Amino acid sequence: MASPTKLETPLNEETISKLKIGERVLLSGIVYTARDQAHKRLFDELERARRENRQPNLPFPLEGQVIYYVGPAPSRPGMVIGPAGPTTSCRMDPYTPILLEKGLKGTIGKGRRGKDTIEAMKKYKAIYFVAVGGAAVLISKKIKRAETMAYEDLGPEAIYRLDVEDFPLIVANDVYGNDLFDEGIKKYRKVTCQGE
Amino acid sequence: MREITSEEVTRAVESLCISSNCGLSEDVWKALRENLENEESLVGKEVLEEILENDRMAEREKLPMCQDTGFTVIFVEMGQEVRITGGDFYEAINRGVRNGYRKGYLRKSVVGDPLRRNNTGDNSPAWVHIDIVVGNRLKISVMPKGAGSENMSTVKILSPAEGVQGVKKFVLDWVRERGANACPPLVVGVGIGGTFEGVAKLAKKALLRPIGSKNSEPFYAEMEEELLREINNLGLGPQGLGGSTTALAVHIETYPCHIASLPLAINLQCHAVRHGTIVL
Repeated sequence: MASPTKLETPLNEETISKLKIGERVLLSGIVYTARDQAHKRLFDELERARRENRQPNLPFPLEGQVIYYVGPAPSRPGMVIGPAGPTTSCRMDPYTPILLEKGLKGTIGKGRRGKDTIEAMKKYKAIYFVAVGGAAVLISKKIKRAETMAYEDLGPEAIYRLDVEDFPLIVANDVYGNDLFDEGIKKYRKVTCQGE
Repeated sequence: MREITSEEVTRAVESLCISSNCGLSEDVWKALRENLENEESLVGKEVLEEILENDRMAEREKLPMCQDTGFTVIFVEMGQEVRITGGDFYEAINRGVRNGYRKGYLRKSVVGDPLRRNNTGDNSPAWVHIDIVVGNRLKISVMPKGAGSENMSTVKILSPAEGVQGVKKFVLDWVRERGANACPPLVVGVGIGGTFEGVAKLAKKALLRPIGSKNSEPFYAEMEEELLREINNLGLGPQGLGGSTTALAVHIETYPCHIASLPLAINLQCHAVRHGTIVL
């Protein structure tokens, strides 16, 4: 198996256009955390700004950035961050296409994406990586700095700015509309199975 | 009557909340290692290796394996000759949850109201199931249930005519559709029979059984084996990225039911299969 591709944030279209599903990646640089409630707030602000015909006031610029779907466990004294593995991405699907439209280039989570999100990734040239769900301690060691950026009242759901080094990821959806989950099943499914 | 103090209950719950979040039980270690050997996909093998490495680190450093330290589900088997002294039993349990989640640096993942969604800040309240049994012991099992797998669970009332084939088809279709999001390799808890609310409890309780154990009735033990084989033939694999290890086990629990109904519940459990038991 080929060695993992090293990538740095922010991402640009040219770099991510080379990524293929199933490819292993080590990501370094800044990523922003956001999950359910933070997404709702980002989404609501974008909607408000659109209605009021003004620039949205977001806690971080979306252009070229990567959002990591995570709500870390509390950190022990002396630790950078507590265990911080990915949460299930499909819950963020209703909010994702508009973020991609506004320039977000990558998302990190676990599990499958919805059809609309996959379409939007193709349209706006963005990538979806999976991290291993449940590998929270291992991933936390790749986070070198963590600071709360916004929505501190949400506790584990606040937006953090993380500085990561060699965060191990797998490309699950590329900019061409391919899906590793579909391909994986096709490859390893055995014909004896019932229930079709 | 045998007296057990509420403090003993609190201490047991506190220690189980921490231990079940910070390390795998022996049967789960064994199952993950065996499946790593047999996994056909390279990506799948790497995922399993990463999971095992993570869980070893967590145990060594006494950290929770996963950031989602769950909603605390507690199964109690209370001997009918036991009397709890020194305060409210449920409060004793919830105090144990609060202490465990604070001292263990576990994430507080409970909102006090399902729609207004303010975090309770201490992971209480737990959901407590109590069964009264013969004897004078108190058995407490703690299952921190993460939302990733819980959200991919379901209850369905089938018609009796659908029978064995209907049950198998529903389980296989369900795992194919939802399994990838529930952090596979999974343990699939299946409840069959009972009532609408009872069947969900059967499915959840099935998750407490050690991996490798079989239903005591050969008819259901065979069905467990067959479903496990078929689920692994689906090809979802570790984390749903393709492979031969989609589930570590299928556990079926049953109960008599009404002549007109066939309740079925599926409770999916992630690869850490977190739980722990103390008998007082």
